[in-house]
Amino acid sequence: MTARGDGGSLPAAYLTAGSSSFVDFLLAHAPGVLPSGRRLPVGSTIDAPHGTTIVSLTFAGGVLMTGDRRATMGNLIANREMEKVFAADEFSAVGIAGTAGLAIELVRLFQVELEHYEKIEGTLMSLEGKANRLASMIRGNLGMAMQGLSVVPMFAGYDLELDTGRIFSYDVTGGCYEEHDHHSVGSGSLFARGSLKKLYRRGMEPAAAIRVAVEALWDAADDDSATGGPDMGRRIWPTVAVVDAQGVRFVEDSEVAAVVDALVADRQGNPGGAR
Amino acid sequence: MSQMPFYVSPEQLMKDRADFARKGIARGRSVIVLSYAAGIAFVAENHSRALHKVSEIYDRIGFAAVGKYNEFENLRVAGVRYADMRGYSYDRSDVTARGLANAYAQTLGTVFTQESKPYEVEICVAEVGRVADDDQIYRLTYDGSVADERGFVAMGGAAEAIEDGLKEGWSPDLTLADALQLAVGLLGKDPTGGADRTLGAAQLEVAILDRSRPRRTFRRISGPALTELLGGPVAGDADADGSVAAESAPERGLEQPGDSPRQVASNPQTQRPHRDGES
Repeated sequence: MTARGDGGSLPAAYLTAGSSSFVDFLLAHAPGVLPSGRRLPVGSTIDAPHGTTIVSLTFAGGVLMTGDRRATMGNLIANREMEKVFAADEFSAVGIAGTAGLAIELVRLFQVELEHYEKIEGTLMSLEGKANRLASMIRGNLGMAMQGLSVVPMFAGYDLELDTGRIFSYDVTGGCYEEHDHHSVGSGSLFARGSLKKLYRRGMEPAAAIRVAVEALWDAADDDSATGGPDMGRRIWPTVAVVDAQGVRFVEDSEVAAVVDALVADRQGNPGGAR
Repeated sequence: MSQMPFYVSPEQLMKDRADFARKGIARGRSVIVLSYAAGIAFVAENHSRALHKVSEIYDRIGFAAVGKYNEFENLRVAGVRYADMRGYSYDRSDVTARGLANAYAQTLGTVFTQESKPYEVEICVAEVGRVADDDQIYRLTYDGSVADERGFVAMGGAAEAIEDGLKEGWSPDLTLADALQLAVGLLGKDPTGGADRTLGAAQLEVAILDRSRPRRTFRRISGPALTELLGGPVAGDADADGSVAAESAPERGLEQPGDSPRQVASNPQTQRPHRDGES
């Protein structure tokens, strides 16, 4: 804990009326805790694990997000079963590509930020509000991004006002863009996007959407060494988060395994998935 | 304070301050916090839908208060900041009601002795345990004293009469409906001996910490669900129903029962349940 009051009482900053934002509170009261409050030595770069491909697409009644499980460090595999898709709150999910350590810290902060607002205000933040909060947090990381430690998230959630799933993408400077139908980020995103363009249909059922998303990840892993394909030997499957009017849920491993098995069977003798 | 014309003994000064705070608190409507078989219930008589007397602090910690709204709202926000800061710095499981109650006690004590006016509030911090024996309910008064209560707490104007009623009617294995009916019945009693009032869902603010939920256990109960628990007719008058439904629509996330997808730990990497063979 930073800066405590005298004798264990609440520090004056806690009792000061202020904004409902946890990040703004930290910025004023304990900036050292924030990723943006740290500075790197100028001109140095380090090798750190990087997360790779995230795919998101909308379907009838919601949106889903899936990510592979690989983290790489140069030409090495740093982690085979890293989670890169997270529930941000009850009605949204966030996926990360880029420097894993920073990205995970950012996700933690984002989760607390949303919950903090919800508790202080007694109501959920609007979906666009959440997307904008994430953008300002990415912007705070710009200094590190310029030294090679960039974080590029993707945000997807169910909009309770419009009753639809929505996807937001970001750039390293904190630009926030709404995407329609589908999007992907990370090193394998070009291949995943090509796959999505051919396979995506508007108004798909959730099961069909999961298949399309997993297939897009497969195509990314086929051509990008940094994206991990499904690991049949170790039974490691992509993370699949589904967000609809009921909230976020993660698809069970057994369900994803069935999708992957069907996909593998279909691609036997048809490696490009021509149809 | 520096230009006080006459000597006032410390005893007299403290007594005056305590009387002042007590008077302020006694004016307000009462709040009851009581544990029941599956959790802890907060029941407040509150005619306002916007100004809450009961709220969520953290996963397993709830907050209830009586007295001056701006003062306890200030303490509530400080509590949420304290809890989120601690949970973010360490882990979600490291945020405890005991720590929060201590911080509140120190703060209230300092304000009582050093500020020109004490806080006119009485607050309750409750943490629901995995089993009923681990439930913790702390009552904090305007001067910073803390009491570790067993089972139930009543605060506000008619607190003493209500506590007597709770001593008679409360037992640890009450169902939620029984606990709410007991509490609402006691809130409707007139301490001066007048006729009892019947409080409906619209005059009540009710929330629970549900022992069985995995992460955030706090949940508000209002509208038809509350009417049903209180044993009233399920379909109340259409007007009240309509307004309640409209009120709770933007709060669906807060009101909705069911499991949260997020697990207890604060590290996003541990959101997935353990696989077979691992712990």
